[in-house]
Amino acid sequence: MNTSAIHAIYDDEEPLLAAAKDLQSKGIKILDIFSPFPIHGIDEIIGIPRTRLAITAFIYGAVGFCLSALMMWYMMIYNWPTDIGGKPSFAFYMNVPSFIPIIFESTVLCAAIGLVITFFIRCWLLPGAAPKNPDPRTTDDKFLMIIETNEENKNNIETLLIKGGAAEISFK
Amino acid sequence: MQQESEIREPLIIGSKSYHQISEDIAKPIEGKASKHWYMVLTVSVMCFIWGLVCLTYTVITGVGVWGSNNGVAWGWDITNFVWWIGIGHAGTLISAVLLLFRQKWRMAINRSAEAMTIFAVLCAAIFVLLHTGRPWLDYWLFPLPNQFGSLWVNFNSPLMWDVFAVTTYLIVSLLFWYTGLIPDFAMIRDRALKPLSKKIYSILSFGWGGSARHWSRFEEVSLILAGLATPLVFSVHSIVSMDFATSVLPGWHTTIFPPYFVAGAIFSGFAMVLTLLIIMRKVYGLESYITIKHIEYMNIVIIATGTIVGIAYMTELFISWYSGVEYEQYAFLNRAEGHYWWAYAIMMTCNVISPQLFWFKKLRTSLTFTFIIAIVINIGMWFERFVIIVPTLCRSFLPSSWNLYQPTFVDIGIFIGTLGMFFTFFLLFTRYFPVIAQSELKTILKSSGQEYKKKKEPRSLTP
Repeated sequence: MNTSAIHAIYDDEEPLLAAAKDLQSKGIKILDIFSPFPIHGIDEIIGIPRTRLAITAFIYGAVGFCLSALMMWYMMIYNWPTDIGGKPSFAFYMNVPSFIPIIFESTVLCAAIGLVITFFIRCWLLPGAAPKNPDPRTTDDKFLMIIETNEENKNNIETLLIKGGAAEISFK
Repeated sequence: MQQESEIREPLIIGSKSYHQISEDIAKPIEGKASKHWYMVLTVSVMCFIWGLVCLTYTVITGVGVWGSNNGVAWGWDITNFVWWIGIGHAGTLISAVLLLFRQKWRMAINRSAEAMTIFAVLCAAIFVLLHTGRPWLDYWLFPLPNQFGSLWVNFNSPLMWDVFAVTTYLIVSLLFWYTGLIPDFAMIRDRALKPLSKKIYSILSFGWGGSARHWSRFEEVSLILAGLATPLVFSVHSIVSMDFATSVLPGWHTTIFPPYFVAGAIFSGFAMVLTLLIIMRKVYGLESYITIKHIEYMNIVIIATGTIVGIAYMTELFISWYSGVEYEQYAFLNRAEGHYWWAYAIMMTCNVISPQLFWFKKLRTSLTFTFIIAIVINIGMWFERFVIIVPTLCRSFLPSSWNLYQPTFVDIGIFIGTLGMFFTFFLLFTRYFPVIAQSELKTILKSSGQEYKKKKEPRSLTP
């Protein structure tokens, strides 16, 4: 099928939101929206599922929790138990109160590092990556909507967009 | 769209558009630096270099060149460490705790406060790394396999907890700061005209484009990092306080230390944020974004935390009397009336009395007055750490180890050096980094911008 993309640029987020809602209700697919700041409520309108980054952060945190507990058990209790200052290392459960600070810090550290790295890779944000916005003005004050369409619908959508307050329309 | 009550004062003054915000934030980066900037930078770099000279001297000769002695093993080194770490706490509190509480005024100040956090933690790290005596063996602080057995580090020790706490704090703050910077670097990249700056900001911005999916993930990441950093703010200074509280010295061995240290940290941190921002908003013409209202909000935090600190001082005194423990009572009497009574007097005046003046609206909305009090609090909080450390150590259990403490020029030199490093980094930051999170500010322009608030129909009072 012969599909093409329409880039519609808006000066403000409100007409963009209204247009996106309108198009979505007509069954026209919006591929993406580029904006200088997060627009609240846009996810539901264009059908972006909720990100699962929170789940990954929890898993990284759990890994950090377990690894640090295991590390301290191995070093303090199993491998080389020492009695320092009258505080012997007999069993994990006896020493665990003094392990809690480090277990907590490791949990936070692993969750944060893992989360940010996952976020960067998931969005492919890497040092030197090519800018992902099709128009440089979208990081300043313009809002860009990409709509997927086929040849017949093109003009139809264009009139809809102009009526909806789009400032510029181009075909890619 | 978000609505905001009409009686709330606007957070963005004047008639700004999205584009105007970009212009204002990019101006310090794209324009030429003023003569004053170069002057202050030169002074800072000179202090920094002097600090490096003293640091090198310490490393080559040994910590014997410091004023610390057998009785008073901790002097300016740990005083400065705790002071710097404390200053860092305001940045994380502003960006994490205030984000969770949905405080919109955070947006104008979080970036510079976070930068301050990172630089302050770096300054603090210098002291802990140096005070070990043989800094080239500092990797022993980490649980690495070794040839001694393996003889591992002691995880029962609060000093070990501190290693993990400070490292985690530095890394998480850095991640939080940098993730927030990415969309703003992208804004600078997209308007850069010179090829070199375009290239540099292109690398720094990681190719950010602002697609709806990315924004949704970005916001989730900010929220989770805020959730992770919030307990971190409280844990780091709690653990720092445990360096003292888990020892058996009278005057240190108290359960009030963790909350009291955390409140003190936020107190001193906000004072440092105010010191920096009052100058920065003026120099870079950011008065429309960092308004008097922002200053007032920060002063209110200072009243709250300053009062907690004051109450903690009183509680400590009361408990030492009420405990009936002679040694405990002596420790506190010695702080107030001993050889270092003047440090105690400075601490009490600066930290307990001065913040209470902010109850007057006229005073807490005055820039000059706020600036003076912020400096006073910075000094007071430095003396708080000095009072906790030196007078306690110079009169410990054994009279044979009683000693007085006098800093040497090396102690003073390294402290001046960290101040120089802090201001050098901060000056470079204000010149090359977007100092305000412009992408966040744009989200509140329509709800909290003065022009937009004025346009809105005032709600009629009659039903």
